[in-house]
Amino acid sequence: MAIYDKTETRFRGKFENLPEGHILVNLGPSHPATHGILQNIIQLDGERIVDAEAIIGYVHRCFEKLGEKYDYNQFLVCTDRMNYVSTPLNNIGWILTVEHLMQIEVPERVTYVRMIISELSRIMDHIICQGILGVDLGAFSGMLHMFHHRENIYTIIEKLTGARLTTTFCRVGGLERDIYPEFSQEVNQVIKGLKPAMDEFKDLLLRNRIFNDRTAGIGGISAEEAIAYGYSGPNLRATGVDHDVRKDTPYMLYDKVDFDIPIGEDGSVLHRALVRMEEMYQSIRIIEQLVDNIPKGRYHADLPHSFLPDKQKVYTSMEELIYHFKIIMHGVKVPPGEYYLATEAANGELGFYIVSEGEKSPWRVHVRRPCFWFYQSFTDLIKGGLLADSVATMSSLNVIAGELDC
Amino acid sequence: MKEKVESFLHSKLSNYIFKDETVTSNIPTYFIKSEGIVPVVKALKEDPELKFDFLNDLTAIDWLGKKDPRFEICYLLKSPKNKHFRIMLKVPVEDGEGVPSILSVFKGANWPEREVYDLFGIEFINHPRMDRLILPDNFQGHPLRKDFPLEGFGQDYLISNLLHIHQED
Repeated sequence: MAIYDKTETRFRGKFENLPEGHILVNLGPSHPATHGILQNIIQLDGERIVDAEAIIGYVHRCFEKLGEKYDYNQFLVCTDRMNYVSTPLNNIGWILTVEHLMQIEVPERVTYVRMIISELSRIMDHIICQGILGVDLGAFSGMLHMFHHRENIYTIIEKLTGARLTTTFCRVGGLERDIYPEFSQEVNQVIKGLKPAMDEFKDLLLRNRIFNDRTAGIGGISAEEAIAYGYSGPNLRATGVDHDVRKDTPYMLYDKVDFDIPIGEDGSVLHRALVRMEEMYQSIRIIEQLVDNIPKGRYHADLPHSFLPDKQKVYTSMEELIYHFKIIMHGVKVPPGEYYLATEAANGELGFYIVSEGEKSPWRVHVRRPCFWFYQSFTDLIKGGLLADSVATMSSLNVIAGELDC
Repeated sequence: MKEKVESFLHSKLSNYIFKDETVTSNIPTYFIKSEGIVPVVKALKEDPELKFDFLNDLTAIDWLGKKDPRFEICYLLKSPKNKHFRIMLKVPVEDGEGVPSILSVFKGANWPEREVYDLFGIEFINHPRMDRLILPDNFQGHPLRKDFPLEGFGQDYLISNLLHIHQED
């Protein structure tokens, strides 16, 4: 919601009735400290925040409307642009929902690759969040140090999907193409480099006096409040609640792998950082259990009516040509019904709700974005604190504008 | 768990049930009258055994030409105590009708309700600030309604307003 008539009068009224000594500060929408197009109008008394108001909607593209026109594989492109820091997690969430609705069983090989890429993306997302938190507090070296390893993960994803940011990973029924032969070896190499770097990164931030002073007890929220606001993911776990969709309602093979859920205590910026740091180690643990045991076999389920056939066969065989035409023109066939599937994205519970009427496109698509639910409490978190702390609070929440507005 | 919720709704809150209809869904769905949504949600939240104390999602569906009443407000509740079991409550409403806000029960319903108002044009009664959340104030129409064109009504009317402000300066 950009500043227009109604909002303008609202803030003009507020401005004219400001108490003596107070000022109104406009933070955003394009500000180096907001990391995304987020606007906050903050009422200050000296350096202390008295009142704040968040204004969102600058990146709104109404993907839910587009979803009603696109077919099920096309909507995948929209999910790329939601949380653009860990794109494959959105892709996998959407594809899993459609597959569950169609009751498709994919080969284990596909699930293994999806899980490895999920966890790599989670590490990628947490690196950004932690790095940015450091940058906002004046520690630039940590982010630069980790970016080298993030780049290595990007290289794997680029080799696998052909794109770095908008990956459009997976298709309904499997992967778009098979993994390349040196995939496992490269993932192992990345992890080997990542581990010592993460130890250094951890010491660099968490054993730094300034970082600790700036984050301990700042921007905290109690467990009850967090649940009332619909928090999920690392931000909820930092308050001491052990909710994780991967454990609570397991999907893919998360009930077969061994990993722990780190939890914090007071939900402050420091505890969010601690939880995210430990989660990266747990993700590595999951990858290590999977990467050497990827089963051999097909990279997609045997579904001629919904998975695009080999291009070579389309040119030479009649049947494949017909399937190719049918899938491109009419999309995949989804039975009528409703489905809600929650997956654990990097920021929390990412849920896709599909209402299908059995047609080419869904009747209604809804995305439950974790950012949207916890960002509404942001103004409460920063009230009474210092202006400089609000910047740390925002970067530790990891609000991604593309996901927030959807 | 599903039977427990069903017997709870039918024994204690039966006068708030809109209709008994099974929906093909992976989540048990119940239809609630619009005046009953606040007491039902409150009872489900406060019941010591069911404890649906996590508002998982809040959205709406436009069934233009398919169902009557036209809109359905969907409340997805989760019970972390009972293995994170989820239920869906649906409130059918007609165009122009309001729905009581559940903000008094769940704090987190604030923005989702405003989003539904913004994109569907369904008002929530007793909500402290029923303004547009995502779209500009002077935006015309509600985009997630089925009769709203995909390409919208253009942007000229939005930009002309801004130009006007610039000229004043």
